[in-house]
Amino acid sequence: MFTKRTLAAVALVAASAITLSACSTPEATAGDVDASVATSVEDFGGMDALIAAAQAEGELNVIALPDNWANYGEIKALFEEKYDIIVNSADPDISSAEEIAAADNLKGQDTAPDVFDLGTAVALDSLDYFAPYMVANWDEIPEGNKEATGLWVNDYTGSMSIGYDSNSVPEPTSLDDLLKSEYRGAVALNGDPTQAGAAFAALGLATVHSGGTLDDFTPGIEFFSELNKAGNFIPVNVTGATIAAGETKVAFDWSYNNLAAAATVDGWKVTTLSGPVYTSFYNQAVSKDAPHPAAARLWQEFLYSPEAQNLFIVGGAYPVTIQAMQDAGTVDTDALDALGALEGELVTPTPEQAEKNATILAEKWAAAIG
Amino acid sequence: MSLATAPAPEQDGVEHSARHHPRVAPAKPSNRRRRLAYAGLTPFAAYVLIFLALPTILAVVTGFFSDDGTLTFDNVTGLFTPTILTTFGGSFWLSGVTAVIGAVVGALICYAMLGTKVGGLLRTIIESAASVLAQFGGVMLAFAFIATIGVQGLVTVILRDTFGIDIFADGVWLYQVPGLILPYVYFQVPLMVITFLPALTALRPQWAEASATLGGTRFAYWRHIAAPVLAPAFLGSLLLLFANAFSSFATAAALISQGSQIVPLQIRSALVSETVLGRENMAGALALGMIVVMVVVMWAYSVLQSRTSRWQQ
Repeated sequence: MFTKRTLAAVALVAASAITLSACSTPEATAGDVDASVATSVEDFGGMDALIAAAQAEGELNVIALPDNWANYGEIKALFEEKYDIIVNSADPDISSAEEIAAADNLKGQDTAPDVFDLGTAVALDSLDYFAPYMVANWDEIPEGNKEATGLWVNDYTGSMSIGYDSNSVPEPTSLDDLLKSEYRGAVALNGDPTQAGAAFAALGLATVHSGGTLDDFTPGIEFFSELNKAGNFIPVNVTGATIAAGETKVAFDWSYNNLAAAATVDGWKVTTLSGPVYTSFYNQAVSKDAPHPAAARLWQEFLYSPEAQNLFIVGGAYPVTIQAMQDAGTVDTDALDALGALEGELVTPTPEQAEKNATILAEKWAAAIG
Repeated sequence: MSLATAPAPEQDGVEHSARHHPRVAPAKPSNRRRRLAYAGLTPFAAYVLIFLALPTILAVVTGFFSDDGTLTFDNVTGLFTPTILTTFGGSFWLSGVTAVIGAVVGALICYAMLGTKVGGLLRTIIESAASVLAQFGGVMLAFAFIATIGVQGLVTVILRDTFGIDIFADGVWLYQVPGLILPYVYFQVPLMVITFLPALTALRPQWAEASATLGGTRFAYWRHIAAPVLAPAFLGSLLLLFANAFSSFATAAALISQGSQIVPLQIRSALVSETVLGRENMAGALALGMIVVMVVVMWAYSVLQSRTSRWQQ
């Protein structure tokens, strides 16, 4: 069934893309500024002109931004309220790779994504899709967290954490704890590590806590294989629903996702094991083919304003300008106190390490948990 | 399924009336009428071309190109890596097991239904139920199983809390390949009933009577007459069930989220992965592999069908 149905869908999308691209003309220039090539707010002639241009477009298309992911729900709502621009949020649960596929499929249509929020591997592989843009407070973003011309820029990070249902399982204090019989059929990942970034990171965390290095995730794979043999691994993707239903009692996930679950599910707690802390930034980028180019750039300015960056903290994520905000005193200290500082030995794989480990996982993962 | 069932009867009908019953074949229609009859097929032909042939070709052709659009055989040779071969093995195993279970159980149900009156209430109910359940697959079916025998499912919880039986004591098998057997059998058995019942009802009572008149026992009748007559139809249905399971995606996708142990899940993984990049064209090669398997199965099915139809005329 799969091939036929998918192929039919592909044909439909292709056919509609051809028809629709013929009749839509994305002319979104306000005044004499071509928003689609503007690389900074100065190109518009200041913030007010950017806001005016964005409001003339009236809409912003975002994709793959779930409401309960790093507080994006509140961030989208605040943007709508502040600028009176409608935010169209498409396919909140798709992967980064599918975001880029959507940009391809919807190219030229007014429903194409204006901005992306991507995992590092996909971002580095998709530079052709991005328009360079530097936000007004570009200098507040640390050097290593942005592409020099503004093609992409880190937006927020979390640490890989372990969420658990404190009503039915004890707090895990080390990786090996999870092999005990109390955790039978309980431990889950947020996705398949050969497909989803969050699960990939969980393998990375398991690796560095099993004495391995980020060069080779094999120790992490072996840990999950052992977990599976012990009957403790449950091959169900963690979502808010599986946590609420009690189906996944222990979840490896980004701290902001686990914290979001803790806010809504009674008894859900979050812990990070003592030892190396695995982090990985997500990346923000403006689409080169954005149907609403001014709104896309305004969204960018908004995301890096202290207002939105603080909302990331409320959602349990660490925004990229956190240091500058702490220095300037614009940080939401209550929210940061509640979250706690990102301390310890921070580890993040380089793109080369990520690529190498992806190959290792593609080879070994299915066999390890089969 | 539509792919597997649709072409066979058409071809058979035409070929057979011409080959085996030349004398009773209707007079040749005039060229004009025949042209008109073909013209009537145009909407169907256009539909098949646009929604089946063209996308299939596009998907398969992508398998021969690399990421940057140059011709390559890497994807196709990639089919022969151990991981992918294991995946095909997993698909064969799952389809085979569920096809055999479905065929045997379905055939027994058909046999039991012989005792019911043709057109009677009971048989009508069973037939309609089978038609509906054969199509009850995908996410709905997966959810039904999660809700009943999932980790927190109704039956699981009752068994565990009331009877102390933990069906997941050795790990949560429902979300792994063995866990697919139950849901697959759920739609395979009714499909067998639908496809095999006509063959079984086509057994002429006169044959049994003739056998009895000649002093044959009931066993001898089944051994020497009914079984050989039914064998092609049974094997044909078995192949159909195999193809049905082989190409199923949605049920597996909703249940299995780790490992992509069967081919349709590998295709999903190749298309959506955000960690293993640049494998989009591998999906085309995997589709090619599936099509090869399906063509072989369909060919075998049509050969068997043409044998069966002799007995059904």
